Amino acid sequence: MTGFEPPMGLIVELTHRCPLQCPYCSNPLALERVGDELSTAEWQRVIDEAAKIGILQFHFTGGEPTARRDLPDLVRHASQAGLYTNIITSGVQLDDRMMEALVAAGIDHIQLSFQDVDPENADRIAGYRGAHAKKLAAAARIHAAGLPLTLNFVVHRQNIANVPRMIALAEGLGAARTEIAQVQYYGWGFKNRASLLPSQGELDATTATVEAARLRLKGQMVIDYVIPDYYARRPKSCMGGWARRFINISPAGKAMPCHAAETLPGFVFPSVRETSLAEIWQHDPAFLRFRGTDWMPEPCQSCDRREIDWGGCRCQAFALTGDAARTDPACELAPDHAVMAAAIAERGDAPADFIYRRYGNNDAPAPLKDAVS
Amino acid sequence: MSTPEQAVPRFRPGVKLRFDPVRKAWVVLAPERLFLPDEQAVEILKLVDGARNLGAIADDLAARFAAPREIIIADVGAILGDLAEKGAIAL
Repeated sequence: MTGFEPPMGLIVELTHRCPLQCPYCSNPLALERVGDELSTAEWQRVIDEAAKIGILQFHFTGGEPTARRDLPDLVRHASQAGLYTNIITSGVQLDDRMMEALVAAGIDHIQLSFQDVDPENADRIAGYRGAHAKKLAAAARIHAAGLPLTLNFVVHRQNIANVPRMIALAEGLGAARTEIAQVQYYGWGFKNRASLLPSQGELDATTATVEAARLRLKGQMVIDYVIPDYYARRPKSCMGGWARRFINISPAGKAMPCHAAETLPGFVFPSVRETSLAEIWQHDPAFLRFRGTDWMPEPCQSCDRREIDWGGCRCQAFALTGDAARTDPACELAPDHAVMAAAIAERGDAPADFIYRRYGNNDAPAPLKDAVS
Repeated sequence: MSTPEQAVPRFRPGVKLRFDPVRKAWVVLAPERLFLPDEQAVEILKLVDGARNLGAIADDLAARFAAPREIIIADVGAILGDLAEKGAIAL
């Protein structure tokens, strides 16, 4: 083992196709097309390379990863390479047949997303009628297969009052782990911020609910809790630091330090079609750009938390200040911290209508081949 | 936190102790998290098999390492108790 310490996890966006249209989707506004997706053989080579450089956990996500028919084959390949396999899914296509195939392939864990506990509101947020009922059925299948189940609730102003019921649902479904994760405001979430950002009062009530549930459920169910950066005093350690723990790969094979990194201007991200993961991790300029602490401005450079939060989030710094190398405005020591309060003030009394996540529902210019056809 | 010696620890579903040949180190892999146990924790975790109780684990370690059993049992309880709180071990 030479060079920078090996990455822990590979986050693989197998496809950007998804039957759901959640308005806070973490995929980029410019969704990649099915024709550009890596083939089964290409993913298998990436899996082999990942195992060789010390990746321990393989996270299959999307879009909706079960939209790829070769998902069980890829899980089997990763499992046989000694990797811990995880699927992050909406569950609406997780029928008996898919479930059996995944178990036979050696899947270690499944994370199932929920939009709410109230079926009508959940289906409205997902933009998919009947999604919630299918998710409940998927949860039962995962539990019956003896797999550990994580429930993921993305929380925002249009469902935040239901957090106590979300925790109760997770308990009832036998989840070993639950994520109460406030929307992260990038891409689609940023576009829908006024529809999603909760108030300080709503956030405080939720924090109290989660803390009480954690105490009560200690040793039974782990609750991971993520607050919105807009109410934070210090930035989150985004991705555990730029290019320190993870590599994210897009459906077409673009390797990035995080799923939102494409929003940053001036970067050319390497493709796993052309460059090995080892080369990317150790030498790619995009990965080296914000790794460590040398790039940091003040007040980060002399801050005693610089190796705790690693300067927060570069994508947020860019989205809110126009400069990816500035201090994350989530930090109350940041010169731009006032933009957070301004965003809270802009959220308005009633939430605006969602802009749903779907192909064609963004402002990004269409690729030329689409524009001329 | 004190755990009775009769408690039988086991890995929770989806949690695996595995040797990583790249880092040349043992790792605990769990749902969307992982732990890098120190040498002492590794020796304890290798004895977690769903059959041995805390007392039996301490007996085994006391026979192999030069430390008093009462110190070992306290360490075993503390380390496994900590991993139980983090959701990796059921006690």
